[in-house]
Formats: sequence, C-alpha cells, structure tokens
Amino acid sequence: MSSIAERQRFRRASRPSLFAGFDPILTGAVALLLAMGTALVYAATRDWYAANHLDPQYYLKRHIINIAIGSLLAWGTTVIDYRLLRAYTPIAWGLGVIGLAAVLIPHVGSTVNGAQAWIALPGGFQIQPAELAKISIILGISMILSERGHDSDEPTTRDMLQALAVAAVPILLILAQPDMGTVFIISASVVTIIAVSGSPTRWVVALLIIAVVGGFAASKSGVLNEYQIKRLQSFVDPNADTQGTGYQLRQARITVGSGGLIGTGLFNGPQTNGRFVPEQQTDFIFTVAGEELGFLGSGLIILLYIIILMRAFSIARRTNDPFGRLVGTGVIAWFAFQIFENIGMTLGLMPMTGVPLPFLSYGGSSMFANLIGFGLLQNIHARQR
Amino acid sequence: MNQRSRLSLLVVQILIISLMAALFGRLFYLQIGAGPKYRDAALSIQSRDVINPATRGLIVDSSGVPLALNKVGLAITIDRITIDKQPDKGVSVMKSLALLLGLNYGDIFQKTRLCGELPKGKKAGCWTGSRYQPIPITKEADPNIALQIVENSDRYPGVDATPIAIRNYPAIAGVNGAHVLGYVGPMTEENLANTSGVKYFRSEAIGKTGLEIQYDKYLRGAPGIRTVIVDRKESITRISQNTKSTPGDHLVTNLDIRLQASAENALADAVRRARASGYKADSGAAVVMDVRSGRIIAIASYPTYDPNAWEKGLTVKQASDLFSEKNGVPALSRALQGLFAPASTFKSVSTVAAANAGYDLNATYDCPAQVQVGTRAFQNFESKAQGRMSLKKAIAVSCDTIWYRIAFDEWLRDGGLRPKANANDYFYNAARGFQINVKTGIDLPSESAGRLADRQWRKDWYDANKDFYCNYKDRATKAQQTPFLLELARENCIDGDKIRAGDAVNFSIGQGDTVITPLKLAQMYAAIANGGTIWQALVGKAIVKTDGTVIKTMTPEKLGTLPATPATLKFLQGALREVVISGTAAGSFSGFPVSVSGKTGTAEVFGKNLNGSKKDNTSWFASFAPSEKPRYAVVMMVSQGGFGASTSAVGVRKIYETLFGVKGSKVIPGLALFPDGKPPTKLPKISPATKVKKAP
Repeated sequence: MSSIAERQRFRRASRPSLFAGFDPILTGAVALLLAMGTALVYAATRDWYAANHLDPQYYLKRHIINIAIGSLLAWGTTVIDYRLLRAYTPIAWGLGVIGLAAVLIPHVGSTVNGAQAWIALPGGFQIQPAELAKISIILGISMILSERGHDSDEPTTRDMLQALAVAAVPILLILAQPDMGTVFIISASVVTIIAVSGSPTRWVVALLIIAVVGGFAASKSGVLNEYQIKRLQSFVDPNADTQGTGYQLRQARITVGSGGLIGTGLFNGPQTNGRFVPEQQTDFIFTVAGEELGFLGSGLIILLYIIILMRAFSIARRTNDPFGRLVGTGVIAWFAFQIFENIGMTLGLMPMTGVPLPFLSYGGSSMFANLIGFGLLQNIHARQR
Repeated sequence: MNQRSRLSLLVVQILIISLMAALFGRLFYLQIGAGPKYRDAALSIQSRDVINPATRGLIVDSSGVPLALNKVGLAITIDRITIDKQPDKGVSVMKSLALLLGLNYGDIFQKTRLCGELPKGKKAGCWTGSRYQPIPITKEADPNIALQIVENSDRYPGVDATPIAIRNYPAIAGVNGAHVLGYVGPMTEENLANTSGVKYFRSEAIGKTGLEIQYDKYLRGAPGIRTVIVDRKESITRISQNTKSTPGDHLVTNLDIRLQASAENALADAVRRARASGYKADSGAAVVMDVRSGRIIAIASYPTYDPNAWEKGLTVKQASDLFSEKNGVPALSRALQGLFAPASTFKSVSTVAAANAGYDLNATYDCPAQVQVGTRAFQNFESKAQGRMSLKKAIAVSCDTIWYRIAFDEWLRDGGLRPKANANDYFYNAARGFQINVKTGIDLPSESAGRLADRQWRKDWYDANKDFYCNYKDRATKAQQTPFLLELARENCIDGDKIRAGDAVNFSIGQGDTVITPLKLAQMYAAIANGGTIWQALVGKAIVKTDGTVIKTMTPEKLGTLPATPATLKFLQGALREVVISGTAAGSFSGFPVSVSGKTGTAEVFGKNLNGSKKDNTSWFASFAPSEKPRYAVVMMVSQGGFGASTSAVGVRKIYETLFGVKGSKVIPGLALFPDGKPPTKLPKISPATKVKKAP
C-alpha cells in the first residue's frame, strides 16, 4: 500500500469530522433514492387527498420529517464507534424482542392488512418493531459469530446454536404477527451471515433445506392465515380473485406495464391518480415509478439499488474486522432480499407480502431502519483497516 | 477473512446480482415488451365512454312529408353514481320519485339496474347502457312534474329532467305505416357483437324492423363520444376526448303519405265490410306500385299496431299481443310476409301459358258446369254451365272449367302420371317466368318468397312427407283418421311424388299448394301492365344529407321479362279491362270514371281457425290503371275476406279514388294526388315541418 493512502486513512481515522467516512457513491445513490421516493410518495397521494378535501401534502410533509429523523439516525450510527455499538448490541436485541412481544399483546399492537405488527404511539405515530428488529438480529448474530474463543477460523457448533437462538426468538415473534415477508427477509439475512461467517458448508445447506421445508410446511399446515394462502394462490393465478389480492397484483402489473419506456410523467399517471393500486405510497410505491417515470425512471431505481449493493459488498470485503464484515453482509442481504421481495411482488415475480421498498416507501419505522442500516455500512467503511 | 468466507461472499454477491438482474429483465418485459397490452388494459380500467347518440335521420314520403321524425321528449333521469352514494343506495329517492311520477317503485328500481347486475331471467326492463350515463325513467314526463324535480333538487339527488330526442311516427294524414316504417329500440347483445365493422354503443338506439332497420346505417349517424377518466371510486377526474355527434341522413321514400293513409283506410274498411258480411277477415294487405319502375307508393298490412308504442315503453302484455295468434299477429307484414293461394288472379299466368302452348286466344271455348278429370269431377266456381264463350269473356266472368280442360289436356300431353322427360310444362314455365317463386327484392326485411308447386316441389314434398302418409294410421292423430283423409293419405303414399291431374287443374286456377304474397301479385300485374318488365319493388328513393346533398339514389332493378309475346299481353290487358267493364268486378267499379283493369280472386283455404270454424276464402283483387296508359298497379288481399269482388275490389276502388281524385263518378280536377298523373321524380326539400299538400 502506498504511503499516501496510508496517510489518508490515518487522517480519516484520527480526525473524525462531521461527515467523516461517508462513501460519496453510496451516499449519493441513497440521497437520490430518497429524493425520488419523496416525489413518488407525493405523486401517489396528492390527487387522492385533494379529491377527498384533505391536505394534499399530508404524506409529503410526514415523509420529509421521516427522512430528516432517519438521516440523523444514520449520521449517529455512522459517527459512533461501532465497537461501542457492539457493546450495546445485547441491549438493542433485547429492546427488539420486547417490542415484538409487545405488538402481540391485545390493545397494544394494532392490526394492519391482517398482520398485528404495529404499536400505536401518542400523537398519531405508529412504530413497527419488526423493522428495527432486523437491525438487532443482524447485530446479535454478527457479534456471536465474529467472536472467536479459540484458534479455529470457523465458528463452533455452540456459536452456531447461539446465533440461531438469537435469530429464532424474534423470528418466531414476527411469525406470530404474522408477517411472512419480514420473516423471509430476516431468515435470508441470517443464512447469508452464517454463510459468510466461515461456517462449514453443511450448516448453510442444512439451514437452506430447513427454510424451504419450513416454508412448504407452513403453507400446508395452517400456520399461514387464510389471507396469506390467498395471496400465494393469487400469485399463481392473478385472475382468480378479481377484487382481492389477485386484483391488487393485476392492477400493479397493469400500472407498471402501462408506463412504457418514458412513462406518463410525474404526477400524470391516471392509474396512480385514480388510485387503482392500493397501498401506493408504501408497499406498492414502485408502481408509481413504473407508471409515471417509465422504464427509464424505474430502471434507474433498480440501477441505484445495484450501485448501493455493490458499494456495500466492496465495503464488506475490504474491512478486516469480522464483526463489521458480518454486519455489512447482513445489511446487504436485508436490503437485497427486501428490494427483491417488494419489486418482485409488484412485477409478479414474488407472492404478495407487505414489505416496504427501502429508501422509497413511505413509513417511519422502515425509513429509520433503512437509514440506520445505511449508517452501519458507512460506519464500517469509515473504520475499515 | 478466510477462504471460505471470501467464497461465500462472492456466491452471495453473484446471487444478489442475479436477483437484481431478474427484476431488471422482468421490468423490461412488462414495460417494453408487453407495454402496449398493459396500456390498453389500463385504459379500459380508467376510461369510460359516455355516448351522446346522434339525431336520427328523418323518413319522409316522396313529397317530403315526415313519416318518422324525432320529437323532443322530457326525460326524467336517474344518475346511478349519485344515488349509489346515498346512505340507503337511493331507495328513498326512488320511492318519492315513484310517487311523484305515479309509477311503481319496483319498475324504477329495475330500470336503474344495469343488465349485468341482475341475475339471469330477471333482466326484463334493465338498463342496457352504462353506469356513467343518466338512466331515463320516462321519456315523456309532464313539464310541471319535471319543474318540481328541478326546483327541489336537494330532495331528489341524482334525479334530473332533460329534454331528449325520441323517435316519433307523427301519423300525419292519419297514416300508420307501422310495418313499412318499423321502429327503433335498444341495442341487443347480438347487435353489439356484430362483425360487420360498425361500432355500436350500448346506449344507442337501432332500427328493429322495416325501413328503420333496412336503412339504419344511413339513418343512425355517428354518436358523439365523451371519454372520461375515472378513479377507483368512479369519480370523474378529467375528460380525455369529446367528439360531437354527426346527425343521421334522411331517407326519402317512394311512398305518398296520403295514398298510404288511403290504402290503410281502404284495407281496414274492406276488413270491416267483410266482417259485416259474416266473414272472419282476420288480416289483409294492400299494395300500390308504380308499374313503370316498381316503386312502392303505398303498402299496408292489417292488423297493425302503434309504431310509437316502443318509445312510450312497451308493456309485457303489449309485446305479447303483437305476436299473438288471437290478435292476428299484428307484427307480421301481410303484404310481404303473408303467403296465400292467388286463386283466379293467377289466370293471367294461365293465359300466358295457354298462349305459349298454342291455344288460340281469340277462339271460343266451352265453359261447362264441371269437367271430369280422371275419377273426379271438377266444378266451375259458380257450378253452372255457361256455354261457349270467348277466352276474353271467360277471364271476365272467371270461368274455371275452361282452364281445367286446358290444364288437363296439357297434363295428359306431358305424359300424365308418367311424365315425359321433355315435358312442355307450359303452366309451370309461365309461372316461373312470372317469378312467383322469387322474392320481389323489396328493400324491407323478412320478405317471403312465393311457392311454385311444380314437379320438383312435389317431389321434394313427397320425400319429406312420405313416411307420414305411408304410415298414416300410426302417425296421424285420432281426429285425423277420417275416411276421406285416410283415402287421401293412401293416394299421397302411392303417387304423392307425381303431379296428378287434380294438381295440374288446380294449379291453372291458382289453387292448391302454390302461394304468393300480395306484393308479388302487385309486381306481376305491374309487369302485365307495363308490357312485360318485372321490376324490383322499392320503397326507398334516396338518402339525403341534412344539408341537402344526395348521398345515394335507389334505382329499381329490372328483374326479368314476362314469358309472353306482345300480342298475348295485349290480349290479357284487354281481358282484364273486360273484367271491370262486364265481368266479376263490374259491380264494384260501376260508374268509376277512370278505366281500371283487374282480376278478382277468391281462394279456397283448407284448415280451421283457432275456434274450430272452417276458414273462409281469401279475397283478392289485382289491378292496374289507367287501362289505356297504365301507371299504377293496385292489389288488395283480405284473408278470410270472402269474395274477391265485394271485399277487395271495392277496397281497391277506394284507393283509386284517392289516387285519381275521384268523387262519386267524377274526377275532381286538382284533387288527384299527382297532378300530372305520375309520382314526383324530383327529390323534395326535407324538413320535419313539411305539411301535406291539400287539394284546392
């Protein structure tokens, strides 16, 4: 390594400025997505709210506030020394579990779209503990799998069981809501972290088999609610149910498809303005991009995600700290599978689940979680040795 | 980082890139590959067409007097979008509206349901249009009630009163014209599914029968389309297209409204007279044709109906009455759909046949009381012998036995029951020459072709009925097993495929299985009158745009020439004149100042009426006038009307009286419909306000 680079790195580490360690490409891509998301949330809600004599900027304002709070959280996550973060991990995990448990208590948790996933806070705010639990799980198992109590390069069986236990408690709680989309995303992240932790391949294979068999058994044994089965069925045949989930999926596909190459132009989508797709500002935000921005705009969004993920991979690869690498990998998997699940659902590649699209969808909890995840990546980047 | 970790990270990276690539590919497929398909799908989700039907063109007579026009009605409409937003879905609004209009709530409810909303079998009266257009509850509301609704709009949300165009048949000069004009009605699924390339909209009206359907593509115009973009709650967010409607073109007909009215009255009067004489007189028809062109100047059918009944809102009872046997099936146009044996009017055909067979038209023939044909004696109509007479006289007095003789002789000459391969078939060929088995080609729907009971027809009939007659005892009902019918069945089984002597002689006097429509007979007599040209019958004359431009003129086609020499036609014309001077129609036309030529016909009808009574004879009179320079052919037929002379000939006289301006036994100058004796050739100016020309 050249001395200049060494010196630069030294300078960065020794003189932490307010924006120290912010990867410009990663930051730029996220900032662009946040800007697009703001426009799309506004596009998705303004006409409908105006038509119903409500403040057309209601969602816009709240979305901007969410981004502001999330950015503060991201900044905080970035500048804090992650060794400190590591110390707080058990507390973060504990808070996550408590939140998830609280959601299931009647009158504390509220049900939206069949899943009891929300806790109402004073002032009309709601919090979705599962979003924040993603972070505590990633931190938790990364901590366990990165600490080596022996000379071996690979985690021991004990480490593995501990890690699985740390993951299993929140997963089971989310399963009880039930929120299959989040379970899928967290499970995928857990398997990815375990795979990258250097665990023996047989473990990874075994976990994948358990995941597949578990998913299959769940759909057969009645663990899934009726509405979830319906969602799965309508994924197979979207025309089967014209007003329910199949209707939503069909509408989503039509809305995206009708955008064509260049789209109808922002705020000009008749499908969006007519609000033919439900949950347009949250889970189905990508339909707004598809219709109004066309292939150029929605393709750009996917491209930005690819850039973010590629940057994150290079951060994870470059760091020498096993904990940082596992956390980075976990965040990558979380983002990637959530993006794939959300856009895949919109485009008819995945069954319908209620997960938001990172950095774009309206929703405080997920926005905070995503930006904290982004902050974690920046943190690892800033402290890579 | 150990090797395995590094490898795992790479695998994860490749996996994730693949997932993103899959999204990218799928997005490309949806937006670029299948984009047009989804754009169409999106359009059908978002857009709703509101159709503003075009003003339908007028139907006018040859001098421009309207037979069909558009009236402004006051429609009380209900907007489904608005009433559906009411807490009770509009039930209370519809109930108070029912009270105000004096209607039944159930009817209003039914009228405001989209046909698709109702279960099968309960769709009667449903709204065939879309949810986005106001649904008319009545089209002829009282203006005071309409005012009440408009002034109390808060009490009647979604209810509105608007003027709308309704098709109206104004019955100027008392004309009815139901069968020839037809009527308009709502689109049916079949109309909408048509593949003719015309795009129909559900809320449009379409011609259902008569001229209204025949010339629908001209009369209908093009509707205006307003396309609105709606949201998921069906509220209109914007208007994307708004095209004005193009009014329909006018149809000028060859009809004369005064003569049409006269023909209808004369026919109804003939029916009344026949009934007064004790005949059933269940139906009838009258046709007036221009012999030089085939143009139809009047065409009437009895019984008839009110052509405005549809727009007024036909009740179920009215609809079933139109087709009920008991009421004489008023929906049926007797003039072009009714098939009847032509009886003695057919002797004109037989005259041509005899002339072609070489019989001397100027010779004298014996008219005995009966002619022995094989084992059966065929009676003269009057059942008495009239001695020798000229053929002209024979036609005038309608002697049957002369024709029996000739037909029987010709039948024998053609081989009798063992017909020769090269049989002359003078009678059948003459009938074929008159095209009695061919349609007149009139520009009206559902015309029936006549039936020519020739050798081929007989054979086909036999093949179809052989089984029935040869197994009569098993096939026929008890009531049909009379000795006479059993014998008939036996005969039919043995040689039913052959023309028997009886068939041949019956054919010569227009009895038996040969049947034609009154319109066809008018066409035949027009051809006799004009020197042998068979013209296509034509009601329509021209299609004219609202600005007066002529789009299309209808010119009758020459369909053929009678198989008769000029000498034969001259003889026939003279004989038909003699019928009116000294023959069977002399009484009916006594003192008539215009020379008329014609032939009476009184056809025996087999079978029974619904009440079990034996069917009365069909009364015919076929004619043309003026005899010296024929211009018009007039035919009247009254089913079960008794004698041709007393019922139909008298009716035809009344039509001629109107046509030529006859009062009593004088022609009143200026009273004739066409001052120069011919129907107008110039196209009239068209206006809904054109009045009937009155005689000075």
